Amino acid sequence: MSDDVRAEWPLYEVFVRGKRGLNHVHVGSLHAPDDEMAVRHARDVYTRRNEGVSIWVVRADAITASSPDEKDPLFAPSGDKVYRHPTFYAIPDNVPHM
Amino acid sequence: MTTTEPELQSGFDATIAHHDRIEPRDWMPEGYRKTLVRQIAQHAHSEIIGMQPEGAWITRAPSLRRKAILLAKVQDEAGHGLYLYSACETLGVSRGELTELLLEGRQKYSSIFNYPTLSYADVGTIGWLVDGAAICNQVPLCRTSYGPYGRAMIRICKEESFHQRQGFELLMTMMRGTDEQRAMVQESVDRFWWPALMMFGPPDDESPNTAQSMAWGIKRNTNDDLRQRFVDMSVPQAKALGVTLPDPDLRWNDERGAHDFGSPDWDEFLQVVKGNGPCNAQRIAHRRRAHEDGAWVREAAMAFAARTATTEGER
Repeated sequence: MSDDVRAEWPLYEVFVRGKRGLNHVHVGSLHAPDDEMAVRHARDVYTRRNEGVSIWVVRADAITASSPDEKDPLFAPSGDKVYRHPTFYAIPDNVPHM
Repeated sequence: MTTTEPELQSGFDATIAHHDRIEPRDWMPEGYRKTLVRQIAQHAHSEIIGMQPEGAWITRAPSLRRKAILLAKVQDEAGHGLYLYSACETLGVSRGELTELLLEGRQKYSSIFNYPTLSYADVGTIGWLVDGAAICNQVPLCRTSYGPYGRAMIRICKEESFHQRQGFELLMTMMRGTDEQRAMVQESVDRFWWPALMMFGPPDDESPNTAQSMAWGIKRNTNDDLRQRFVDMSVPQAKALGVTLPDPDLRWNDERGAHDFGSPDWDEFLQVVKGNGPCNAQRIAHRRRAHEDGAWVREAAMAFAARTATTEGER
């Protein structure tokens, strides 16, 4: 048996839309030989009880993520911009619907 | 900018102290990672090996209804194993490695699955007692400190409830049957009660890893706490079912507000953990055969995927 056929199936990350109107949400991962089989496996593993109406799969090695070590500098720009939040603005109580 | 190890450690400690979750790409102490790999892998292997004792009854289920239920249940166990392998892989081990470690006996699975299923009533007893004990163990793990493990546990706990209820309903049906059927249920409960109590692991004073695991927020309760909870839950269920739990020391203790109960045979437990249980060799041999028999399917799928990729590339 040669090494390339013994190699593991690649890892896919699985995202499921629970019902119409909701975002796809990451639910876990699985191994599959190709994209189509990944969708089929995802159905069997992650939606045995009507948990979804749509499945996305993506090769785990195709995902680019922010590094946890940099999380402070990466998210720092939004840290000091309190004026982006509605509660920053004082509106008198007698102004309705705002 | 590089962060020093003490800084990383204090960041990790702060996350644990806040009862926040640790996520895969976070820095973590090597001991934490190793403990998680061992525990999650053992848990995953238990789900996969756990398909065998009940799977043996699929072809002999007494009705189409029972057969469909049992098939769905055993398929769930496979699914639970996959959720947990998926969580374990986020710690930097591969699925292939985990499978090898199981087949070589270097990682363990729950000793309960080394007991045989001698009668069809065992399908019900496993659902009621074994899955019941598993639920006791697993519900607190939904809050474990490692994010992917907790999320897998939430998914699993939702599904385990079906497992326990189908088992109890199966036993109730048999208890409404003939004397012979009632005797089958009692005999099955007699065999599984003590091994079910062993599922919570050794007593607290002989469980060296518990303190560290609790400090890391991996475990949320001690073995003895969970065992007590399981006994207290099971007594009224046994009464409703009409079976006797095989423990002469089992009685309500008003002072403690809990049941007193006897001690499982810990020598037997150690023997089974060491590999000398009734079915250890059979379970691993079966798993190895399934893995080897499935090799051509995995290889064919890979070859097909590779060929399809090449053809599409040429177009």
